[in-house]
Amino acid sequence: MGRTLAEKVWEQHVVRRAEGEPDLLYIDLHLVHEVTSPQAFDGLRLSGRTVRRPDLTIATEDHNVPTVLGPIADVVSRTQVETLRKNTAEFGIRLHPMGDAGQGVVHIIGPQFGLTQPGMTVVCGDSHTSTHGAFGALAFGIGTSEVEHVLATQTLPAYRPKTMAVEVKGALPYGVTAKDLILAIIAQIGTGGGQGYIVEYRGEAVRALSMEGRMTVCNMSIEAGARAGMIAPDETTFEYLRGRPHAPSGAAWDEAVEYWKTLRTDDDAVFDKVVEIDASTLTPFVTWGTNPGQGAPLGSAVPSPEQFADPVERAAAERALDYMGLSAGTRLRDIQVDTVFVGSCTNGRLEDLRAAAEVLRGRTVVTRTLIVPGSMQVKADAEAEGLHEVFKAAGAEWREAGCSMCLGMNPDTLKPGERSASTSNRNFEGRQGKGGRTHLVSPQVAAATAVTGRLAAPADL
Amino acid sequence: MDAFTTHTGRAVPLRRSNVDTDQIIPAVWLKQVSRTGFDKGLFSAWREDPSFVLNDPAYAGASVLISGPDFGTGSSREHAVWALQQYGFRAVISSRFGDIFRNNSTKMGLLPVVLPEAVVEDLQAKVEADPAAELTVDLVEKQVRLGDVVAPFEIDDYTRWRLMEGLDDIGLTLRHAEDIDQYENGRQPWLPTTV
Repeated sequence: MGRTLAEKVWEQHVVRRAEGEPDLLYIDLHLVHEVTSPQAFDGLRLSGRTVRRPDLTIATEDHNVPTVLGPIADVVSRTQVETLRKNTAEFGIRLHPMGDAGQGVVHIIGPQFGLTQPGMTVVCGDSHTSTHGAFGALAFGIGTSEVEHVLATQTLPAYRPKTMAVEVKGALPYGVTAKDLILAIIAQIGTGGGQGYIVEYRGEAVRALSMEGRMTVCNMSIEAGARAGMIAPDETTFEYLRGRPHAPSGAAWDEAVEYWKTLRTDDDAVFDKVVEIDASTLTPFVTWGTNPGQGAPLGSAVPSPEQFADPVERAAAERALDYMGLSAGTRLRDIQVDTVFVGSCTNGRLEDLRAAAEVLRGRTVVTRTLIVPGSMQVKADAEAEGLHEVFKAAGAEWREAGCSMCLGMNPDTLKPGERSASTSNRNFEGRQGKGGRTHLVSPQVAAATAVTGRLAAPADL
Repeated sequence: MDAFTTHTGRAVPLRRSNVDTDQIIPAVWLKQVSRTGFDKGLFSAWREDPSFVLNDPAYAGASVLISGPDFGTGSSREHAVWALQQYGFRAVISSRFGDIFRNNSTKMGLLPVVLPEAVVEDLQAKVEADPAAELTVDLVEKQVRLGDVVAPFEIDDYTRWRLMEGLDDIGLTLRHAEDIDQYENGRQPWLPTTV
């Protein structure tokens, strides 16, 4: 019987397999940031261990960094960033600190440098590591104990998850994006639907996505409960990688591409579970609740808890509406927002900024609007195209790179009761600041919302 | 990590689903660089509500959390496990756990116990009826016991053994250093390095 993409990549990385034990998997790339690593480095020191492969490890500062120029005002945040600097210097790990041209959100810089390649295993102490699966890599988030384990051994013990195919039939209609697609997928399978699975996104609509769009889709796999999401590499992947600083070159490139072309699910492979979704019926999609599965088409209304047959879902909906300050039956387009955030590892890449700029060109925002590039390189590229001038002319704030309002560990937060339209990945209670209310949207919807002050699509303008 | 064989203590019912790790420990608490002091951050936003179950004196000192489905979804922050442990929890019972949270728990010796939703609700109801009732989570017998309820649970033998012995994963892996050396020698030559 044939094998799935996930099985192929997994098998390629098994260092040791023994009956009754998890496989020991080799890790090709370990991404590190300041929040989930300090206790891991402490652990190494306590047990007199060292970093086995600093040359397969890279660090950046992203979660805590302010997006306005200047030092970190918050002493605790500053200490955490300084701790990363000390740790990476002590253990010989490459770091891209604030202000460096290579600095940025950890899941933006890996692909940007060409460090994320098909068939690799990639881990990071961050659940959105699933982003890198867009290249046909097996990439998943880990906790601090596992960060320490990878630093010390360059391996992880793990049981192979089951495999799930998400078959996306048809083509996305004009104006419907990768973000709308993944929000619709999560709403369909639920926040727990992917638990225990590696998801492979397949089908015509997925193949038609750019690498940026594929990263947006894979990024949010974890919001459906799946630790990893993957897309088989193809010409789009190879073209993205060609010429990047850490991509192979010369004869090695040809050899790599030959191998990468084998990284696809065999025709006779069987997935443990198959989910189908029809892309051609989708429209812009937004969330109304406090988990990413609580979403609906922008053209619909806030659902009534009574619509949910399952008592657990009904109770969750009641609680979500209460927290979000929404009434059942309110048209989603009538929801007024205070803040718009464009950025994050979900939608902080150049293509996302271009999409937002296209909507904002020649228009004026009526809400506080933060545009936060995912990396310093994205910022430089956007400025080279003049996108920053479009944003500034519209009245939006053009910021420095970082995680920013996605999780509000830096000063970019919502105040209690404030409502945002956000291109990030989580609408959890308090995610963007205590008491803040988040609606997850695409960059296009975010930009249109900034113009009208209510949830809107570009077609509404 | 702490070894876990069997634990008996009072339990607290958390009748919510999708308890994501942002609720267990909000991001503002993640700025610490030490492993201690996270108990104060446990459910810190929810604890501001006087009616939140952890504020009910009847459940003070409880050491087992019985939650609705999909506990520990979202962020990979192991701080969620540290916060639960430092607050005094030894085990969490739910019908479903976020994969990363469950993994992090077993690395730290906090036992995630998966039981069918109906059993979880039954346990919650019994604890609500008698908050002083003691519940036993028995990893040796793979059972949760409360009054006349005996609920068997599944856990893979390897993780169970590691938890019962309190073994450090890194130490176990380093026993296979030769296997790692050998694997590294056969890696594809074009794979990138960060230098």
